[in-house]
Amino acid sequence: MSVLVYIEVRDGAAKKASLEALSEGKRLAAALGGSVSAVIAGKGVDGAVEAAKNCGADQVFVADSDALASYVPEGSLAAVVDAAKQADAKVVIAAATSQGRDLAPRVAAKMGVMLMPDVTAVSESGGQVQVTRPVYAGKVYMTLKTKSLPVVITTRPNTFDLAESAGAGARVDLDVSFEAKAKVVEVKAAASGKLDVAEADRIVTGGRGMKEPENFKLIEELADTLGAAVGATRAVVDAGWRPHSEQVGQTGKTVGPSLYVAVGVSGAVQHLAGMRTSKVIVAINKDADAPIFKIADYGIVGDALEVVPKLNEALKG
Amino acid sequence: MNIAVLVKLVPDTAAQIRLTSDKSWIETRDLNWVLSPYDEYAVEEALKITEAKGGEVTAITYGGENAAEALRKTLAMGAHKAVHVKKDGFTDLLGTAQALAKQVEAGGYDLVFAGFKATDDDCAAVGPMVATVVGLPCVTEVAQLEIGEGKLTAQREIEGGTEVVEASIPCVLTAQKGLNEPRYPSLKGIMMAKKKPIENVEAEDTEPRVETVGFSYPPARPAGKIVGEGTDAVPELVRLLREEARVIE
Repeated sequence: MSVLVYIEVRDGAAKKASLEALSEGKRLAAALGGSVSAVIAGKGVDGAVEAAKNCGADQVFVADSDALASYVPEGSLAAVVDAAKQADAKVVIAAATSQGRDLAPRVAAKMGVMLMPDVTAVSESGGQVQVTRPVYAGKVYMTLKTKSLPVVITTRPNTFDLAESAGAGARVDLDVSFEAKAKVVEVKAAASGKLDVAEADRIVTGGRGMKEPENFKLIEELADTLGAAVGATRAVVDAGWRPHSEQVGQTGKTVGPSLYVAVGVSGAVQHLAGMRTSKVIVAINKDADAPIFKIADYGIVGDALEVVPKLNEALKG
Repeated sequence: MNIAVLVKLVPDTAAQIRLTSDKSWIETRDLNWVLSPYDEYAVEEALKITEAKGGEVTAITYGGENAAEALRKTLAMGAHKAVHVKKDGFTDLLGTAQALAKQVEAGGYDLVFAGFKATDDDCAAVGPMVATVVGLPCVTEVAQLEIGEGKLTAQREIEGGTEVVEASIPCVLTAQKGLNEPRYPSLKGIMMAKKKPIENVEAEDTEPRVETVGFSYPPARPAGKIVGEGTDAVPELVRLLREEARVIE
């Protein structure tokens, strides 16, 4: 039974989260006793085709045209559905990025099959597919199993190992026709060098303990030294100190970086749910009883405004 | 403009989630139920548009008896009428989307809003699924919106940037936080909501395409340590991060 993985392209390159999905797709295909294919929609995607081949794709379906230069939901949808048909795919996988979250439900609805989004584990079970996915922002996990295939799955970024392996990588060009009902007309990049919390491998998050918005300069400096993204709690986003794009927690982003530094963050349930899968958690907080210390690996009890500059200095030195 | 808003009742995000003793489902007793936070942005945007351009807002929900509470909360915010697609027990995502799509199609709405995800199952799927079933354009995770003549311009956050999307109307839109500041229902709104019509529709019986194997708690984190107090603890923290955790160089 074959597996098809959608490879998202940004600026001509395959997204890392998509290659993670492909690596997992390769493992799942082996368990199901089938091949793994990739499907790419865009303009000038040769680099992404090569990347898919190097992550083990046996076939790479390519829709390459001017009309697909920016993300067109209907265009990517047509490409995936066409490729799924040609590959006789029983499992279609995309990474749960903003584009994957947008596309995968459409693919499932179009194919008339089930969607299992944002999974953190996938396995074969008696010829069916079993997944585990965090629900309630990660407060609990749910395990689901298909009763019939095909199924569409999205995989959580930074969760599955990226494994290079040579695939046959036979290129199959698709000729897709679609009516673009919605179209991306412009992509505004965030300030240069600014990392996104959803993708960053290190995050420094500031909470109410920073006392005022100006003090986030200290957070930004520490993040800069660590090569980390700046995160924020719901309290400081709701207060208008930081943009929502930085919010970590149940009404923000769920993250799992290698290093998470929580500064002046008390640790509300909805925040902990969004970052508890981080590999190493450091907490700096004045209140020794703050819930954040219960899940932190390393804690310093102290005033963030004093500790952070010292920490930044020590890391630089 | 006539607008539909797809809404869902969910446990308060401040709630601790406990599992039933056999871990087959979450323990729903003693939970405080609210309108899913992202749905509040969807409702607010729909109300703002009809206040500016005229028309009615119809709230639609899917689920058992208690799901109607989401409709009452939406009506209290100012929606004009509501449809409850009734169904007890577990329905899979596609079944839910198909049932809602039927109502969306029958209503012939100019715009359909939904929260980008419900904060219980975190699927972020029903909006684009409904759009695909009905054959409407869809923009997800909308953080900014301008309605024009026969078309709209929306902005959505992507990793490290923002996409500007143009779509034709009618259209399905899912709301991200930041789209607006949702209003609180006034006492008058809550009283008036009781008089607003809720149409009840029985959902078709569908066989779920998936089965729930069970629930679990996230793996417990090993007990951490307090390195020390104040700035004096900084050198030891840096040493631990380098030598023990090995997360920095």
